[in-house]
Amino acid sequence: MGPLTFIATSARFALRGGKAYWLWVGCLLALIVWGGLAYLDQLRHGLIVTNMRDQVSWAFYIGNFTFLVGVAAAAVVLVIPAYIYHWKPIKEVAILGEILAISAIIMCMLFVAVDMGRPDRAWHLIPGVGRMNFPSSLLAWDVLVLNLYLFLNLTIVTHLLYRGIQGRAYNTRLVVPLVLFSIPAAVGIHTVTAFLYAGLPGRPYWNASILAPRFLCSAFCSGPAIMLILFQILQRTTKIAIKDEAIWKVAELMAYAMFLNLLLLGAEIFKEYYSGTEHLIHLQYLFSGVRGHHALVPYAWTYVGCGIAAFLLFLFPATRRNVFTLNLGCLLIYASVYIEKGMGLVIPGFTPDTLGEVYEYTPTLHELRIGAGIFSVGFLVFTLLCRIAVPILTGEFAAARAAAAEKSSHWLPHTGSAPAG
Amino acid sequence: MPQMPADEPQRDAEATEPLTLSRRDFLTAVGVAAAGFLAGCTPEVREAYFAKHFLELSPKEVEARLARLRADCSRRFGQAVSISAQPAQPGVVFGYALDLSRCIGCRRCVYACVKENNQSRDPQIQWIRVLEMEKDKGIDFEEANPYYNPDKVPDPDHFYLPVACQQCRNPQCTKVCPVGATWQEPDGIVVIDYDWCIGCRCCMAACPYGARHFNFGEPEVPANELNPNLHILGNRPRPRGVVEKCTFCIQRTRAGRYPACVEICPVGARKFGNLLDPESEIARILHEKRVFVLKAELKTEPKFYYFYGI
Repeated sequence: MGPLTFIATSARFALRGGKAYWLWVGCLLALIVWGGLAYLDQLRHGLIVTNMRDQVSWAFYIGNFTFLVGVAAAAVVLVIPAYIYHWKPIKEVAILGEILAISAIIMCMLFVAVDMGRPDRAWHLIPGVGRMNFPSSLLAWDVLVLNLYLFLNLTIVTHLLYRGIQGRAYNTRLVVPLVLFSIPAAVGIHTVTAFLYAGLPGRPYWNASILAPRFLCSAFCSGPAIMLILFQILQRTTKIAIKDEAIWKVAELMAYAMFLNLLLLGAEIFKEYYSGTEHLIHLQYLFSGVRGHHALVPYAWTYVGCGIAAFLLFLFPATRRNVFTLNLGCLLIYASVYIEKGMGLVIPGFTPDTLGEVYEYTPTLHELRIGAGIFSVGFLVFTLLCRIAVPILTGEFAAARAAAAEKSSHWLPHTGSAPAG
Repeated sequence: MPQMPADEPQRDAEATEPLTLSRRDFLTAVGVAAAGFLAGCTPEVREAYFAKHFLELSPKEVEARLARLRADCSRRFGQAVSISAQPAQPGVVFGYALDLSRCIGCRRCVYACVKENNQSRDPQIQWIRVLEMEKDKGIDFEEANPYYNPDKVPDPDHFYLPVACQQCRNPQCTKVCPVGATWQEPDGIVVIDYDWCIGCRCCMAACPYGARHFNFGEPEVPANELNPNLHILGNRPRPRGVVEKCTFCIQRTRAGRYPACVEICPVGARKFGNLLDPESEIARILHEKRVFVLKAELKTEPKFYYFYGI
């Protein structure tokens, strides 16, 4: 089977589905067009269509980028037990974590791309062609590790699907080393992204050694939260067998991560408020406002409240095994980390700015539309890849193919094998 | 992964597939297409979109770029301009000193700088920011007001702290740039290659002095207000989407003149010169006055000093 046949087969899988499936894909495409039009506008007029200014020079886009790096990195939460401990209930679905990582990294790259003043010069970042400021620039590091991580996950997923469609077992000598390597790479992408902020002495809110561990902990909360919800959707809409046991195990791991996340946040808050130096003002801007500027205060308390509530729900086995409270906890922690890494990390770092000015940032409609468009691209990539992976995982594909082979007419499944949409 | 029987009936399907490309054919086709695209571009397009980094240009290429920029500016502003790429002089490191006891906060330096360096009028970009500080609080950025607007300056209860690029010896901004589009020249001026900057704004996050400014919108300079005396790394009109900053008026100072802000200051608060020349005014101020730098604890080691002369 050549690569083109593989692509054709995958496309045929991705393009089959019921009304609900096409409605979902249609909504995503509509949002992509809506965001794309906003981006065209931004290309025409410049980043002036955003509310970023010299005082707050990174904002919504870079906040989303930071959050999504965490989502991508959190794929390891699923991959580590699956491949190292051969823990079967998770191993079956670990590929979905890798697919999520691919989708998240694509979104990350898009968010960086739309934040660039000169996207036409993105090639300056290509090693050998452009002129990368390596190793001194952390953004240069980030570009390298993100691409590496994307390449690793793409290779693993493509191989698994390719072999799956062929009906052959995957090559352990290829997959296992790559998976093992993707674990430090996942920690690497989030650490490097944290260093991007932590390495700036002029921004005391970020210039803290606790930042990288905080990034990792929050990632291990939000990434699996998305996975748990997706698992349950797949449990209901497809024939994929995801055991409750696997979901509970992931939820238990998340409870540890949530505890550490809150602990590190508390450590940060104690240090700043107790010592009360000039660095405190950024946290004050976030939690209580500064000189009549309170834009972030509701966000701040929402994320703290959601984070604590989610931790309590995940702490007790009874609530983390109950479908309703489990999903509520997932939504709460997702919201908490999303706000914390978006508005809560980037904006207070810039407010007040280095000369003490408070510029209150709120995203414009353009920024929200472009953000929605990028999230839709990510969801679409995830949906299409799952569409291919799920029938392979469930064995539906193999069964259909065997039946087809018996009839020795077409090798593609065409009867009674359509996955439920 | 589920195991499956190893028979491969798809071979037949593949054999009859007329459009099957091998991976190598595919990659070759992509490569040829890319090469063809590059070769097919006019030299102008190639120069505009695939311009090299300034420091990688040969002297001949520098001339070619200057000619292109000269033509661009002349067309856009309807007047002849001179644009130079004059390099740093050996034995020169520029330094700046500002006498806080003289500054009256009139902002003439701000406007002279805007005019001299062709900063965008709309959206407004100003490389110098004058902060109004309360006398009884001393230098405290948290209490600073950049938007002061009294009928008369100086206000008796306030003093003024103008801030622009501090031309650090240990610049945070150049360190973080992912593409090396900003660097420190041998005469100590931190410059930006506007043809190489990708507009990621890492340098703005890194700068502790708010000295870097981004062209969020299309910069606008009225044609009749253009300063036609340009330097390629300094005051030449900038494109949208790149970062800009004070260059100690590189177009003037490398030609032996004072920066515009030094010339315009009505109270003589601004001093400038060669730090390596012991007879220079700046060297004497460093020797005879007690100077300090902003945010010394960050170890950026500015070459922009403040002092109280009176």
